[in-house]
Amino acid sequence: MLDGRSQIKRKLPPRLILSAGWLILLGAAAMLAPWIAPKDPLAQDLFLGQLPPAWVQGHEPGYLLGTDSLGRDVLSRILYGTRLALTVALLAGSITCIIGATLGLLAGFLRGWVDIMISRAIDIWMAFPPVLFSILLIAVLGPGLTSIIIAIVVIDWTRFARVIRAEAMTQGAMDYVASAQVAGRTRLSTMFTEILPNVLPTITVLLTLEMGIAIIVEAILSFVNLSISTDDPTWGGMIAEGRTSIHQAWWVLVFPLITLFLTVLSFSQLGEGLKDRFDPVLR
Amino acid sequence: MSYLTIRNLSANLKGRPDRILRNVSLQVAAGEVRGLVGESGAGKSMIGKAILGTLPLSIEITGGEIILDGTDLLKLPPAQRRTRIGQFCALIPQDPLTALNPSRRIGPQITNRLVDILRWTRADAEKRARELLAEVHIPDPERVMRSYPHELSGGMRQRILIASAFAAEPKLIVADEPTTALDVTVQKQILKLIAEMQARHGTALLFVTHDLGVVSKVCQSLSVLYGGLVLEDSRMTDFFHAPKHPYSRALLAATPKYTDPDGSLTPVPDAVVAATRAEVEAADRSAHV
Amino acid sequence: MSESYAPNLYQIDNLRLSLADMTKKPLVGAAPRLEILKGLSFTIPKGEILGIVGGSGSGKSTLGRALVRLLEPSGGSIKFDGKDITHLPETDLHPLRRRFQMIFQDPMSSLNPRHRVGAIIAAPLSLHGLSNPRQRALEALDHVGLPRGFATRYPHELSGGQRQRIGIARAIALKPDFILADEIVSGLDVSSQAQVLNLLETLVKDLGLTLAFISHDLSVIRRLCTRILVLHRGEIVENAATPALFANPQASYTRDLLDAIPLPDPKQVWA
Repeated sequence: MLDGRSQIKRKLPPRLILSAGWLILLGAAAMLAPWIAPKDPLAQDLFLGQLPPAWVQGHEPGYLLGTDSLGRDVLSRILYGTRLALTVALLAGSITCIIGATLGLLAGFLRGWVDIMISRAIDIWMAFPPVLFSILLIAVLGPGLTSIIIAIVVIDWTRFARVIRAEAMTQGAMDYVASAQVAGRTRLSTMFTEILPNVLPTITVLLTLEMGIAIIVEAILSFVNLSISTDDPTWGGMIAEGRTSIHQAWWVLVFPLITLFLTVLSFSQLGEGLKDRFDPVLR
Repeated sequence: MSYLTIRNLSANLKGRPDRILRNVSLQVAAGEVRGLVGESGAGKSMIGKAILGTLPLSIEITGGEIILDGTDLLKLPPAQRRTRIGQFCALIPQDPLTALNPSRRIGPQITNRLVDILRWTRADAEKRARELLAEVHIPDPERVMRSYPHELSGGMRQRILIASAFAAEPKLIVADEPTTALDVTVQKQILKLIAEMQARHGTALLFVTHDLGVVSKVCQSLSVLYGGLVLEDSRMTDFFHAPKHPYSRALLAATPKYTDPDGSLTPVPDAVVAATRAEVEAADRSAHV
Repeated sequence: MSESYAPNLYQIDNLRLSLADMTKKPLVGAAPRLEILKGLSFTIPKGEILGIVGGSGSGKSTLGRALVRLLEPSGGSIKFDGKDITHLPETDLHPLRRRFQMIFQDPMSSLNPRHRVGAIIAAPLSLHGLSNPRQRALEALDHVGLPRGFATRYPHELSGGQRQRIGIARAIALKPDFILADEIVSGLDVSSQAQVLNLLETLVKDLGLTLAFISHDLSVIRRLCTRILVLHRGEIVENAATPALFANPQASYTRDLLDAIPLPDPKQVWA
């Protein structure tokens, strides 16, 4: 039997629609890049260098967003760059989340020596300057997709661990935890069935935020030439190249930047939107 | 001659049809103590907040008048309204643990208002603060003024908040459930203190509470609220002798009395609740015609 | 019925409990111990409704939590139905947990906000391997006078009184021998207060429960409880049958407590 109250369907928040829409579009672009990209992203043609986008005087048909100084199609390169960006976002984001949130949950709920060890590790970790740390890591591990993901996970797990630990501590003090104990639930089971659902909204928000951050980190590493290889198109690499020709060909810099911006924004809004829509506790 | 007159005050949840206050009218004479009684959600605290201009942002006043000392507060521009409220009104809050700033000493928390808003000299303000702390029976006021809130007990803090409320000789004090967070033995002392201070200073007091026992100890008149509607407006002795509204009668019957071994657990009958709810809805309909 | 006929469900001897006082913890080293319970001895016979009364800091909630072993005492002993549970580890405690349950003060915090009511009531049942937890949960809702449709709701969709009924339903669903009710009506409006108390009274009678009812308010206890324990600063200052306590309070603290209750009657004048 349902009553009227639980039948009120919450509307999809606009930011959820917009952000999810953009991310779905990107996902489709990444998967279909070989079929929808108008040109080969690596094909150079020095006669067609620095062509402006299609609505600017002097453009060539077929190059919608123009070309860079080597005559490569900007749109095609953005589309192919999406593949790396999203792979990094999803893999690095989820792995960071799983490791960080688990440690945070254990520290915040079990307390005691577990908490002491994890908290000290977090403190020490956070004393390292993150950008230098990641550059150092890549230098040691060598460039490549795996290295980027490892670098992001190693640096950012503390973000999850800190926040989730604090949240788990708050939730752990609630009487529903005591009540689970009175009912005879074990500590570990309590952590998963009672605490986890209550920190899940926070985890969701952090996870999507982390995906956006992963994209930025990847772009920064590409920018300093420490990402995968210089040939494969990446947004960060394009931005780095575009910077050198900003006065002659602004579009080489601007379009990847806009894509990056919209994607990171969409990830953060996706998290908030999901929370608004699916958290059973109405605010 | 009433000092505070509220006429047809209505308030809504912003942008929604949910009504918080429904044409509330009441008067508090100079030096009178009026109780605002009701269960949670009755709107009793909202009236106090409307007077002091501290309503939550989600609630808006949709009509009516709050006439304080002859001036309708709701017609004043916001800046003037705040000054007026600051000069003439004060609040005794519910929770003494959160009402004092934990990172500041007690002294400045009492004197700041006098110095910053009422332009007293610091020396005068501190002298006044010491006098007031003595007046609320705090031993060693000097030491307390230099203390931080966490060094003092809940009862002590509530005394300080009372002293602070009376500091600028306000004409009206809103006491919002001032003893709900306290132990009964401390509650008794605080209630006696509030009554004593009120009588000495001749301040009008609006006493918000859910406890009819407390009302019978401090109030001279009371308004019973349900769903933002005033159901009954009585002199205190008349009310306890014979409540006018069926809901008031039920509420009084439901209030536990330890002196009465058997009949003290009478819930408010569903029929009374239904009838009262119907009355609230009827009031809405007649207001719309 | 005198105590010699009724076997004791609980026997508490010289119970002590201290906690680390973190506010006074020195920079290096252990925090000093704060003694909350200072050697309490009493019994709860089967079928009794015991009121535990005291102000804040009296240790009444700590005592309650020790009775259901949410806290481990630091001295003395607690025997439940003849078995010493004072320091029993959680695994050995598990089969006994079904037999003593607790209803919490704040039903908002004691009901997991992200679980549905049905799941909240059914969870302890499945933990103890009882058959048909869903069905039993619905029956528990019947017992506390709530419609079965509430099973699919979330706690925040209910009123305070309804939430507290869910707390009661969860406790009685296990068919325990003993229930600890910790200030269960202090957050409720008087109208729902009376309803919840009446419900509890009926259930205790119908199910043959033994109940300990913690409250700061003597006035809600009078009708419900058969015996009252008055606690002050971690010590028992009075332990008396309800009528005797109200007719002739022995401890001066009990008298202060009674005097301080504001009766809804203008004729009561405070000295």
